[in-house]
Amino acid sequence: MKFDIYDFSVLTASIHESLGSMMGETAVMITEMVIVGVIFLTLFAVLGLALVYAERKVCAFFQQRLGPMRVGFWGTAQTVADAIKLLLKEPLMTKSADKFLFNLAPFIIIIASFMAIAAVPFALGLQALDLDIGVFYVTAVSSIGVAGILLAGWASNNKFSLIGAMRSGAQIVSYELSVGLSLLTIVVLTGSLQFSEIIESQREGWWIFRGHIPAFIAFVIFLIAGTAETNRGPFDLAEAESELTAGFHTEYSGMKFAFFFLAEFVNMFIIAAIGATMFLGGWMPLHFGELTSFNEIMDFIPPLFWFLGKTAFLIFIMMWFKWTFPRLRIDQLLTLEWKYLLPINLINILVMAFIVLMGWYF
Amino acid sequence: MERVELQNKINSFGVEVTFAESEVPTQFLTAEVSSENAHALISELKNNSDSSFDYMFCQTGIDFPEHIEVLYHLRNTQNNSEIVIKARIEDRENPAIDSVFDLYKTADFHEREIFDLFGVKFNNHPDLRRILLDDDWEGYPLRKDYVDEVNIVEL
Amino acid sequence: MSVKELHKATESQEYFVNMGPQHPSTHGVLRLLLTLDGETVTKVEPHLGYIHRSIEKMCEKDSYQQIVHLTDRMDYLSCHMNNEAVCLAVERGLEIEVSDRVKVIRTIMSELTRLSSHQLWWGVMGMDLGAITSFLYGFRDREMITDIFEETCGARLTMNYNIPGGVMFDIPANFQTKVKEFITHFRQKLPEYDQLMTNNIIFRNRTEGIGVLTKEDAISYGVTGPSGRASGWSNDIRKSHPYSAYDRVDFKEIVYTEGDSFARYKARIQEMWESMNIIEQLIDNIPEGNYQEKTRAVIKLPKMEIYQSVETARGELGVYINSDGKKNPYRVKFRSPGFSNLNALNTMAKGGKIADLVTIMSTIDLVIPDIDR
Repeated sequence: MKFDIYDFSVLTASIHESLGSMMGETAVMITEMVIVGVIFLTLFAVLGLALVYAERKVCAFFQQRLGPMRVGFWGTAQTVADAIKLLLKEPLMTKSADKFLFNLAPFIIIIASFMAIAAVPFALGLQALDLDIGVFYVTAVSSIGVAGILLAGWASNNKFSLIGAMRSGAQIVSYELSVGLSLLTIVVLTGSLQFSEIIESQREGWWIFRGHIPAFIAFVIFLIAGTAETNRGPFDLAEAESELTAGFHTEYSGMKFAFFFLAEFVNMFIIAAIGATMFLGGWMPLHFGELTSFNEIMDFIPPLFWFLGKTAFLIFIMMWFKWTFPRLRIDQLLTLEWKYLLPINLINILVMAFIVLMGWYF
Repeated sequence: MERVELQNKINSFGVEVTFAESEVPTQFLTAEVSSENAHALISELKNNSDSSFDYMFCQTGIDFPEHIEVLYHLRNTQNNSEIVIKARIEDRENPAIDSVFDLYKTADFHEREIFDLFGVKFNNHPDLRRILLDDDWEGYPLRKDYVDEVNIVEL
Repeated sequence: MSVKELHKATESQEYFVNMGPQHPSTHGVLRLLLTLDGETVTKVEPHLGYIHRSIEKMCEKDSYQQIVHLTDRMDYLSCHMNNEAVCLAVERGLEIEVSDRVKVIRTIMSELTRLSSHQLWWGVMGMDLGAITSFLYGFRDREMITDIFEETCGARLTMNYNIPGGVMFDIPANFQTKVKEFITHFRQKLPEYDQLMTNNIIFRNRTEGIGVLTKEDAISYGVTGPSGRASGWSNDIRKSHPYSAYDRVDFKEIVYTEGDSFARYKARIQEMWESMNIIEQLIDNIPEGNYQEKTRAVIKLPKMEIYQSVETARGELGVYINSDGKKNPYRVKFRSPGFSNLNALNTMAKGGKIADLVTIMSTIDLVIPDIDR
């Protein structure tokens, strides 16, 4: 039995048709944009809820305790309760803080996350923006977030925030290089920057298996650099400091703090999603080139679940090593990037390019 | 080093010192000096290669009705012999004595504590100010004549 | 001004940062005034006294049995050893010879206290460095010891089990079984600690070569305990002036020579192994005898001066009692290990980064009530 992978573009085309019959061109465009915006806002909220709950439970199980259990069935309503609490908090503002920039900073970070998540392919045809420069777009847009962090630290008018923001800015700018270069390694294999084409090219098997050693090295570097990009895990000295208060978001409270918090989790989702797309095949089920019957069984599971499963797996790995390893110091962090990851990355790309030329991949 | 030997050694230093005599033998060899000679005796004890007491394990102040004493407990880390030096400060109004910070760096905090609680000024101390109480506290609490109606509850 | 001096004047941007009394990693109420130049620490100035409770003044009005109860509020993680110090001092003054049973019980309880203190230290050290999971693991293992204490003494933190003349109650019937159970359990768990932190490359990079304290500085500052032994100075009171049952057990004194944070860390982990060895040697043969020698209700020491030191988990705790024959002592001085250890913080942290300062403070293992008394 062959299960065809359901093509969401059929659904979106039919919605476009029905809207087009009801109103004019511009109205259709605006309505569609509003619908997509609302869907993504909901996605944001739901993702935030789910990820915060997942983090608390995963962390608790690693620490041999249970985590949230009382609010809702097994604690599922805990995040909702936290969100309500944050909404009801007084939004403080210090007198000497720069008002406009202080308020602007959280929005910049959220906007950067929004723009990046728009390009993530959830299933065949279920992708808001399928640009032909997809990879380039995502790396470019996620670096807008740095501006938000630096603004937050500067506008708080607080020594500790400034130190935290400077550290974080240096860290993010350095690790963007590694993220971009490790993604480039896969682009060399596929020959295209467009996400849907990258996923299509993994129909015979995922790149992490077919690209063997260089692809695996690129995957490991991507994971490390990706966690550093989102200020998570062993690279979180800018914020979770037991040294100097709470870093760049010390002065924020209430909803604005919720924005920073949410943006961190959604960024983690984005990094995991991009990693799953490039290295683990995105929504493509697990295929091994020749085994057609195996492939048909794999097709039985809908691609949306494949995508969510892979992303969840990568998120679990990121949470795992956040709760296990101690923190790196800022100079050790930067040394890791500039002296180790960057040279390894560059050599890896060369090796991959050579392998592609020689055709030594599966 | 045996006590008697140590006693003779100290007598040969040339600093004026008296040894505590009492019916009950003391736990350590105790030498009493005046406050002017304390620093000289201690530096001789530390630097002299026969005795070389290189570790001061306790520095205490005691308030007596007529005088204040500063006690130095010294130990030799090689052979674990110990000695107590009692420096007697006669002036209770403005007690002052030379600091031993140049010999033992642990005196930094210990002397600040004695200054804080007894009022003894240490000459040549790098940074003599109160350590346990507020900087603007008045009075020296561990003295026997310290009166504080607010904080001390007499039962 | 020459060009060089002008450069220096405009470039030096030292600023002051307060790691205030309430802070997650100062282990108590300690205020540190840091002078920073960018990320580098140029001077650390501790400000003490936030938890000064004038214990020494109170002791001048208390009887000797009451003093014992004040001591376990000082270093609350090694309270049994604090109590033992005062009890030994008073027993020396009254010339009481306690029975072997008391000595062995006191030693076993001291080593259990040392173990639980080191377990808490390990958990908190991981938390300070960012591996928050280690905090939970340390406390999980510590629960078994606090359960034993609760059953024996009635309290989990401030035990007051020692009194001058012996111990307050006899050990319960299942004491030996429970302690042996704990030892078996912990012997398997301690290698996990090594897997989680000691062999972790991030942890090594954060602790090796950080905060070096030379042997001369250690002796001059009087840094005792594992912190001093990691600098090469062999100062274990249990070896040099043995008390209770330490002269009849066989254990190694852990001394390393590097003097950096990693050496201090290793010294404490090794001490945990040695503590378990000591307990194992004593637990099977607790001699029979009195658990309490009769003393008068009102203890009066003759006119004398006593100094008694014990080895707590942090270093040498000394009790100096100056008695003038009355029922209250004339002067009691507690030579606390933390007071001298903190003195050396400036030497160790100068020139390092802020993150290194946190590492150094957690390896010295400070307990602030011990410093402030």
